[in-house]
Amino acid sequence: MKKILLMALSIVFILSIALTGCSSNESSSGSGGSKKQTTLVFGRGADSTSLDPAVVTDGESFKVTKNIYDTLVEYKGQTTDVGPGLAESWDISDDGLTYTFHLRDGVKFHDGTDFNAKAVVFNFDRWMTGKKSGKFAYYPSMFGGFKGDKGHIIESVTAKDDSTVVFKLKRPSAPFLKDLAMSPFAIASPTAVKKYGKDYGRKAAVGTGPFKFKDWKSKDTITLVKNDDYWRKGQPKLNKVIFKVIPDNTARLNALKNGEIDLMDGVNPSDIESLKNNKDLELFYRPPMNVGYLGFNVEKEPFNKKKVRQALNHAINKKALIDSFFAGAGEPAKNPMPSNIAGYNDDIKPYDFDLKKAKKLLAEAGYPNGFKTELWTMPNPRPYMPAPQKIAEAIQANFKKIGVDAKIVTMEWSTYLEKVSKGESPMFLLGWTGDNGDADNFLYTLLDKDAIGSNNYSRYANDKVHELLIKAQSETDENKRNELYKKAQVIIHEDAPWVPLVHSKPALVGKKSIEGFKPHPTGSDKLNTVYFK
Amino acid sequence: MLETATNKPPVDPQIEEEKSTPLFSEVWKSFRKNKLALIGALIVIFLILLAFTASFFAPEGINEQKLSMRLQPPSADHWFGTDDFGRDILSRVMYGARISLRVGFIAVMGSIIIGTLLGILAGYYGKVVDMIISRIFDILLAFPSILLAIAIVAILGPSLRNALIAIAIVNVPNFGRLIRSKVLSLKEEEYVVAAKSIGMKDSRILFHHILPNSLAPIIVQGTLSIATAILEAAALGFLGMGAQAPEPEWGRMLSDSREYIQDAPWTVIFPGVAIMLTVLGFNLLGDGLRDALDPRMKH
Amino acid sequence: MLSYATRRVLMLIPVLFGMSLIVFSIIRLIPGDPAQTILGTKATQEAIQSLHHALGLDKPWFVQYVSYLKDLLTGDFGTSIRTNAPISQEIWPHLAATMELSFVAMIIAIFFGINAGIISAWKQNSIFDFTAMVIALIGVSMPVFWLGLLEQWGFSLELHWLPSIGRDNIRNAVNPITHFFLIDTLLQGRFDQFWVVIKHLILPSVALATIPMAIIARMTRSSMLEVMRSDYIRTARAKGQRMFWIVYKHSLKNAFIPILTVIGLQTGLLLGGAILTETIFGWPGIGRYVYNAIQYRDYPVIQSGILVIAFFFVMINLIVDILYAVFDPRIKYR
Repeated sequence: MKKILLMALSIVFILSIALTGCSSNESSSGSGGSKKQTTLVFGRGADSTSLDPAVVTDGESFKVTKNIYDTLVEYKGQTTDVGPGLAESWDISDDGLTYTFHLRDGVKFHDGTDFNAKAVVFNFDRWMTGKKSGKFAYYPSMFGGFKGDKGHIIESVTAKDDSTVVFKLKRPSAPFLKDLAMSPFAIASPTAVKKYGKDYGRKAAVGTGPFKFKDWKSKDTITLVKNDDYWRKGQPKLNKVIFKVIPDNTARLNALKNGEIDLMDGVNPSDIESLKNNKDLELFYRPPMNVGYLGFNVEKEPFNKKKVRQALNHAINKKALIDSFFAGAGEPAKNPMPSNIAGYNDDIKPYDFDLKKAKKLLAEAGYPNGFKTELWTMPNPRPYMPAPQKIAEAIQANFKKIGVDAKIVTMEWSTYLEKVSKGESPMFLLGWTGDNGDADNFLYTLLDKDAIGSNNYSRYANDKVHELLIKAQSETDENKRNELYKKAQVIIHEDAPWVPLVHSKPALVGKKSIEGFKPHPTGSDKLNTVYFK
Repeated sequence: MLETATNKPPVDPQIEEEKSTPLFSEVWKSFRKNKLALIGALIVIFLILLAFTASFFAPEGINEQKLSMRLQPPSADHWFGTDDFGRDILSRVMYGARISLRVGFIAVMGSIIIGTLLGILAGYYGKVVDMIISRIFDILLAFPSILLAIAIVAILGPSLRNALIAIAIVNVPNFGRLIRSKVLSLKEEEYVVAAKSIGMKDSRILFHHILPNSLAPIIVQGTLSIATAILEAAALGFLGMGAQAPEPEWGRMLSDSREYIQDAPWTVIFPGVAIMLTVLGFNLLGDGLRDALDPRMKH
Repeated sequence: MLSYATRRVLMLIPVLFGMSLIVFSIIRLIPGDPAQTILGTKATQEAIQSLHHALGLDKPWFVQYVSYLKDLLTGDFGTSIRTNAPISQEIWPHLAATMELSFVAMIIAIFFGINAGIISAWKQNSIFDFTAMVIALIGVSMPVFWLGLLEQWGFSLELHWLPSIGRDNIRNAVNPITHFFLIDTLLQGRFDQFWVVIKHLILPSVALATIPMAIIARMTRSSMLEVMRSDYIRTARAKGQRMFWIVYKHSLKNAFIPILTVIGLQTGLLLGGAILTETIFGWPGIGRYVYNAIQYRDYPVIQSGILVIAFFFVMINLIVDILYAVFDPRIKYR
């Protein structure tokens, strides 16, 4: 008997020695020893859906495609200002209807074929005639529809010669260049698209970008390798990038702390405080291009009363919310769009946190004792709101103090969107991440009466606002255009269809040795400048 | 239905003799000797008391947020520490007992009622009815229970009530099969055959003979199922498919605070201990009841 | 005997058929629209409509069911709505991951469970017996996800002994052949990777093994106690033979039936518990695969995934039942 016990004990002993012994070589094998690290593992919450950027709308796909493909024009640095990309330069006619792009010479796709004007035309043709397939979701929302649709703004795209492309528009569009810089409108190799047909985007993805697609293990990893012939000389600096899916935020951070990955997004705000003190890790903040808000259904009792909406605006302590659940990584919002977007009205005085005023307004509106209602909240974290459930709880507690008794309701994401857009929820948490960094993409998309039933979930309709926003769409003078948006924001502030809560600066965290990583406000990053110290 | 079953119906003394359900005093005698079972019973009684008195004894309410007091370690003021909203974890764990017990009891009651009904139909009427019901049980049992529960919650929407319904449905076949086999064996017993031959009505036979005789295994299985149900509810809560914030359901509390495990381990430890103790209590009690009520069910 | 097995297999057909029907109708009842989920907030109503059409979601549900069944019979599991990839290709790595994890967990459970049970019975009422049985009692009542969290906290976050997530080293990934990484690494002679894979397996499989281990220990102990009282053992004891090994051998034989039962019962729990374990340990298994598909309303994946899981569950139970019949002559087959 004793023998058995002894045996068991010694097995346990040996095992534990073996385990501790190997823990030391884990860390060294992880980063490749003393040699400079050239492989970056990027941990993220979900897999991409396709590597054909034109057919997707999710950030997880763009995160990868942005490294495989280039666009005609690109956002500069960490802004949404437009600079050269595959097009070295461009001219715009005085009436704002003709755009002529001069393309970079000698650029090749990863499959060895030439990038030229024909390739650009091929790509645009593919998107604008793709209505039937139902695949190209982004194209119609940015360019007003498909070819043949009434709202479609592109008249024609033609190749003047090998390195010149001419776009003719039906009417001037202020955000046109910014649209072209968006990830979905990246140029893919026509040869590869034709060759792979239906499988393009899964078995193959061929662009001109800094990294080449190597392989994709579904729901697990996507591996990209260096494109040695990248047109930006000396870049990329990494040899390999692996995108690794780890759905759970906490598990992902654990993996980073353990050295299993190098960089990750989707950090729990609650973890940020302790990360600040971590010597091995560094925090990166993405500049905000989003808004997280509490929307009211302005068609529903009692939110059809302006005073009720204003009262609730006074009842939320945004600063406490941001400190507790964004770990300070966010700006309190007073307008429906973030301050780095042209046309932002900084003169607006925010509704301050004042429960007395809130109570008074409620009483004036005829609800001295408050009321019962529902507060709908999103089921999972979004970039603009990393902990929606907890934020809902905190808001619920705030409202309780002025007698508004809100029950928290949540459901699966697509159902949530569907029901909220049908106007079924009295009060809801939502948000928006900008596409192209233009004011139109916030104000018109989210609060114009045309957008009721799609993204205007508050069902807010104000004719004056509508007039201003429509006028701004075709105004080409930057200053005049900004004035129009500022005016619109004043009216929206007074009407208070939302409580704009926060413009969050989503945090990323990575190894201290990472250099040259500059997160872009759009949410997807080109990693061509990244390297390890 | 259970109440009717416990009221012992007046029956022919001859038939009475044949019954095998042990008397209460005997059960108690053998139960008392079983120390583990007593511990289990004590845990369960303690939890029930806790659940009923949480509103008097809990040091604070479940939802009193003090953001300035976030993630405080256990102290004299907060025995179990505070969570990320600065809420008192001890109070929340105490209220959590109420939620878990309610889910356990109601879900299992639901499964017992539906399961018994279907089991009797299948066992007593046999043939096609039996075929259909048994196949349905087979099919339901062919899915791992938590997966089936997740699917049901996905249909109904995530909430504590829907998790409860899902758990009840998932456990129906267990009781259904139990009752069915009991009915099948009882049907052949002489006194039932006799009752049938003297023209006793089906419903009378069912309620007066078959159900009372199935009581023991139902109680045993029911107690053990409460343990499983509580565990399943916690698992659903953990996956975000059960209780919704700010309800202090233990599984939910775990998933809400797991991100703090390194900085504030008490937020994770106490709800987990609570789940474990509760499940342990019902398991011990169930085992004890099985040994006392129906020694043959032992392996 | 053979006819019993045949009958059991034949009985499976309606069960599988019913399962496919149930799964199919369940997921059609789940609110939510895959098109909306795929296209997100930016979608126009038109885009959603045309995607519906492309996915065949605008047809009546029985038409969809019949075409689904037809495909299924030809071995076509459908195509994932979300990734556009054939499910039959996608599913195997996930299934293999879960099978490997469950298998290792079962081995751990059986090895430690049986030994603890035997020793406990052998040294009845000793300190070992007492400790082992208390541990087993606690183990039976253990919320797996909680145990997993604590393990991860202790052994990987604080002590850094073991990796916290995944199946292999991401930077030095296993080159999959069968997708059972233990086998793949051996086939390729990569013993370094084999060891890495083992290290990844330890925490999740121990978490997963806890409950079955506790149950096996308790069952083995009680069946052992009966064995010890048997004449056979008494005689052996009287003859003064080396008792421990006799008891050991004898009880192993006897322990087989309870273990079979537990395997049958626990496989379902394992597959279910795997969803939780996989969440915590970032294990790319089938539970997670299906769970994610539910989140995205990826109908084909949900239905094929659940069916595959259920199929395995049913098959394992079938095998257990048949083994029962082979090993325990007391069981009569109708």
